[in-house]
Amino acid sequence: MSTGTSAGAITGTATSRSTLTAGSRIGLGIALVWFSLLVLIPLAAVVVTATEGGWSTFWDTLSDPDTASAIRLTVVEALLVTVVNVVMGTVIAWVLVRDRFWGKRALEVVIDLPFALPTIVAGLVLLSLYGPDSPVGVNVVNTRQGIFLALLFVTLPFVVRTVQPVLIELDADVEEAAASLGATRLTTLRRIILPSLAPAIAAGASLAFARAISEFGSLVLIAGNQPGRTEVASLKILKYVETGNPAAAATVAVLLLLVAVAAIVVLDLISRRAAERG
Amino acid sequence: MSIEVVGVHKSFGDFAALTDINLTVPAGQLTALLGPSGGGKSTLLRVIAGLEDADSGSVEIEGVDATSLPAQKRNVGFVFQHYAAFKHMTVRKNIAFGLEIRKRPKAEITAKVEELLELVHLTQFAERKPSQLSGGQRQRMALARALAIEPSVLLLDEPFGALDAKVRKELRDWLRRLHDEVHVTTVFVTHDQEEALEVADTIVVINDGRIEQVGTPDDLYDKPASEFVLSFLGPVTRLGGQLIRPHDIEISRYEQAATATGPITRWTRVGFEVRLEVTPDDVLHPEPVQVVVTRAEATALGLHPGDQVWLRPQVGAQTVSS
Repeated sequence: MSTGTSAGAITGTATSRSTLTAGSRIGLGIALVWFSLLVLIPLAAVVVTATEGGWSTFWDTLSDPDTASAIRLTVVEALLVTVVNVVMGTVIAWVLVRDRFWGKRALEVVIDLPFALPTIVAGLVLLSLYGPDSPVGVNVVNTRQGIFLALLFVTLPFVVRTVQPVLIELDADVEEAAASLGATRLTTLRRIILPSLAPAIAAGASLAFARAISEFGSLVLIAGNQPGRTEVASLKILKYVETGNPAAAATVAVLLLLVAVAAIVVLDLISRRAAERG
Repeated sequence: MSIEVVGVHKSFGDFAALTDINLTVPAGQLTALLGPSGGGKSTLLRVIAGLEDADSGSVEIEGVDATSLPAQKRNVGFVFQHYAAFKHMTVRKNIAFGLEIRKRPKAEITAKVEELLELVHLTQFAERKPSQLSGGQRQRMALARALAIEPSVLLLDEPFGALDAKVRKELRDWLRRLHDEVHVTTVFVTHDQEEALEVADTIVVINDGRIEQVGTPDDLYDKPASEFVLSFLGPVTRLGGQLIRPHDIEISRYEQAATATGPITRWTRVGFEVRLEVTPDDVLHPEPVQVVVTRAEATALGLHPGDQVWLRPQVGAQTVSS
């Protein structure tokens, strides 16, 4: 089809029906290789390791009371933290966007601190305030409250940062339209503003939940790691690795992976429902 | 006497947006607030709607003092320039919103929404989201939403401002017909004098936060109260110390008693009309004069670029000395 002069440039793509240009083919290739090397292959390897010893090892690990308790603790704490974050994160984002006050810029920066801080430092910070030598007389080390607090600390920015830009983009005239139609502030918030924010809140909640079930650094210092009581899944994985049981470690890892995927799917469904219901 | 605005002042910081506004909008009419951008017309509309509080003065809607009533309680339908659609709701839900808030029975809401969908020709788009509609359709939806609550007055803030010229024109005609059907007291803001002249029963010209003139389109066009009103309602040109509309100038190729004389220095044909620029020979009349004639007239008079012509106001032409 092509003429002789330009044949050289075209021959490579002439027979394909794909709409990809030569350039975007390379881009797609690089992206896939990169993603595979970093994510897909290691994930597959973990799944393989987990099932290497057969399903019996898999079930044995999960039915071990301490392991089951660690996973339950992790998921329950993560869910609680996510719920608190959804409320508080939205409120903080609202305050940051809608209100003007002295020190707002400073607060904007401080919000991001849990992002930037190494989580072990976060643990250290909490330890110095709420540890055995607490200046305020509150000691949460080795308790589930301590885990809750540490998780709240590290997940604080997620909902705030996903909701904030959406809230900024929200048109003021939409709220005015609702008001002129007779809606009170509360009705406007419930039926107009929150449904518009729902996808952003869900995205922030997914991130916060994922971060909470995987949190490690800050919990090393706070949780105390007592089997069956304050041992979380990530620390359980470490213990299995250290005691030379990679299959069991991988089993817990796979379960966490499934929980994370399920959480993301569920939150996506909830946000769609909320956005449509209005 | 549907809307009564008395002594309204409104400032934003140092900027006086409205100064001593007194206005009576008669019931059942279509009234235009016309003026340049930043002149205060939108602010006045928002004060009437309760979306903005006046610094002083009062607003009465249908005999009820609304000055201290919040927007929610004024029973005013408001249509925004950029539609203000509830994006996450379908067209049907958008229109039903005001009725659902008023906790009307389901059957009544359904019937009313159906009727409004019909009125704004959106019946087959009822289940769509606003993002799946064109600009004109979105604005019709916004209008139906505002009408659903059976408002005492309908206020439209530059309702066609975000639409392209053709849709603007269609919607403008449609609004006029709709108003003849529904008869709700309507006030709309526009900076387009053609829109105001074509649609409105009464025009209120607002400039610099003050009302320049109130009158019917004919009044304003034929008896402008000020240079501003004359120049804002259509093209004007200066002929012998007077402001006059370019089509009100009599032009002749033969010497006659004239206000100015000179050669045709520019010739632009736009569709059926020819826009001429005549540069007078008189040194005391330094500005060129704009003259508009129809193409047929130009042919009949035998006009050509460069011709020496004599100009004078037509008999009965509206002029304002300046």
